[in-house]
Amino acid sequence: MATVEELKLRVRELENELIKCKQKRCAEKDAGGSQKHYRQRIEKMSAEVVDSNPYSRLMALKRMGIVEDYERIRSFSVAVVGVGGVGSVTAEMLTRCGIGKLILFDYDKVELANMNRLFFQPHQAGLSKVEAAEHTLRSINPDVSFETHNYNITTMDNFTHFMDRISHGGLQEGKPVDLVLSCVDNFEARMAINTACNELGQIWMESGVSENAVSGHIQLIIPGETACFACAPPLVVAANIDEKTLKRDGVCAASLPTTMGVVAGILVQNVLKYLLGFGSVSHYLGYNAMQDFFPTMSMKANPQCDDHYCRKQQEEYKRKEAERPKQEVVVVEEAQVVHEDNEWGIELVSEVTEEELQAASGPKPDLPEGITVAYTIPEKVNAPAGEMVEETEQSLEELMSQMKRM
Amino acid sequence: MADEATRKAVSEIPLLKTNSGPRDKELWVQRLREEYLALIKYVENNKSADNDWFRLESNKEGTRWFGKCWYIHDLLKYEFDMEFDIPVTYPATAPEVAIPELDGKTAKMYRGGKICLTDHFKPLWARNVPKFGLAHLMALGLGPWLAVEIPDLIAKGLIQHKEQQNNS
Repeated sequence: MATVEELKLRVRELENELIKCKQKRCAEKDAGGSQKHYRQRIEKMSAEVVDSNPYSRLMALKRMGIVEDYERIRSFSVAVVGVGGVGSVTAEMLTRCGIGKLILFDYDKVELANMNRLFFQPHQAGLSKVEAAEHTLRSINPDVSFETHNYNITTMDNFTHFMDRISHGGLQEGKPVDLVLSCVDNFEARMAINTACNELGQIWMESGVSENAVSGHIQLIIPGETACFACAPPLVVAANIDEKTLKRDGVCAASLPTTMGVVAGILVQNVLKYLLGFGSVSHYLGYNAMQDFFPTMSMKANPQCDDHYCRKQQEEYKRKEAERPKQEVVVVEEAQVVHEDNEWGIELVSEVTEEELQAASGPKPDLPEGITVAYTIPEKVNAPAGEMVEETEQSLEELMSQMKRM
Repeated sequence: MADEATRKAVSEIPLLKTNSGPRDKELWVQRLREEYLALIKYVENNKSADNDWFRLESNKEGTRWFGKCWYIHDLLKYEFDMEFDIPVTYPATAPEVAIPELDGKTAKMYRGGKICLTDHFKPLWARNVPKFGLAHLMALGLGPWLAVEIPDLIAKGLIQHKEQQNNS
C-alpha cells in the first residue's frame, strides 16, 4: 500500500499535470486555435527592412557601424542561472536579440508573489520558472535553442551536473558555453557558480539587486584575471541610507520591477558588448537608485584568495601574460584602474558592539566612491581564540550513532 | 551579535579545524567527524544547562541533515522538523536551514521554509571560516530565529500546540 508521503507526491504530480494542461489550453485559445501567432523558424538573419523581419532593427546596428558582425549572436550559447526578477528579463532580452542557445537553471516555481516583477504572468503560477520561461521565450523567438534544468545548483549531485552543462552545453554539444550569467538572489548560489567557473576557467558575469531594492550591480569575472567572487567580501553599492533608519522587521527582502529591469538591462548590454565586441565592457558597474549614481571600477584577482582554483587560474594568467608580446601590456594597465582615493569612512557592519568590531574588522580593499564591501574579514590568526575539537579514536559511524542516541 | 546567554553557549562549542567541503573525499570525512564531535558537545552542554532544544542527524555522506528542534513557550513544548543540505561551497557558505511546516506563516522565511537569518549572521560566519560548524549554525542561526519567531507565531495564532489541538 502506498504511504501518505507517496500519495502526497502523487497529488503534487497530478496538480502539476493539470496546470500544464490548463496552460496549453490557454495558449491554444490565445492563438485562436491556429498557429497564426507563432512564426516559422528563420534560417538566416536578414537585414532587409520589412515589417515581417524580426531582426531588421538589430541588423541595422551593422549598417550604423556599431556592431561589425551582428549575425555572430547566433553562434553563442549563454547559461542563465536563476530565472527570477533579473534572470527572466535577461533571458527575454537575449531571446529577442536572437542568441544561439540559452540554458536556464532555477529550482523555483512561479508564484503570485512574483507579480511585482516583469516577465511572468499570473496564469503561470505553479509552473516551474524554467518551464514557464521556455514556453514564453520559444513563442517569442523559435530560432533560439533552449535547455532547462529545474534544480538547485548548490547541492552535491546537481552541482556535478551543472558543471557538466557549463563545460559541454555550447551551441555545438561538447563545447563549453560562451558565457555564464549569475542572476541568483543568494550568496550560496553565487559562491557555487564562482567555484564552478574557477575550476573550469569559465568567464561569467555576476548581477545582483540589494535586498532593499534600491541598488544593484553587474560584474565581469575572468578567472585568474579579474577578482572572483571569493577574492573579496561581497561588494555592495553604498546606498547612503542610514542603517538605523533601515527597517528590516518582518521582511527578508523587498523588490522593484524598475531596479531589476535596470540591472537586467545593464547586464545584457555588457553581454552584447562582450560577445559582439563593441564599446567597452564594464568590469564592475554599480547602480545606486537613490542618487541615480553609477559607480564603475575594476578589481584584480586577489593572490591570497581562499579559492585555490582561483589562485591556480591566476598562475595560469600570469604565465600567459609573460608569454605575450609587449603590445598586450595595455590590457594589464586597463585592469588597474582601481586606485582612486577612497574618502568613505562608512562601515556597513552595524548592530555589532565596539569590541566585536575592533576584533572583527579587517582590511578594506581600495574601492572607488560609492562602492564598499558588505563586511570585512580580519587577517588570519594562527592561534584562534577558543577551544578546538579534540581528536578521538571514534569513527564517523560511531559518532553518528552516539548523536542519534542522545 | 547576540545576547549574553548565546555568546556563552557559543564560546563553549569546540571550534573545527578541517577546512573541507562535501566535494573533498577523505578530508570531508574528517570534517564530518569534527562536526559530530562539536554537535555532541553542544547538545551535552545544552542538556547540562537544562536547555536542550534540538537533535540533528545526517545521511551517511553527511550531505543531507534532518532533525527536530523545539521551543518552550508558557510551559508548552512546540516541536518542528528541520532539514538542510550541505552546499557544495560549505564551509565557506553556511547551509540554509529550513522548517518546511512553517513555510508561508512568517515573512522571515524564504521559499521552501528556509529561515531568514539576521544581517550579521553572514559576516560572522564569513569571519569564522572554517572554525564554525553546524553546532554554531544552530546556536547563532536557528536558536535566535526560533526565540524571536515562535512566540510571535503563537501570539498571532498561526501555530497551535499539538496536544491542545488534539484535545480540542
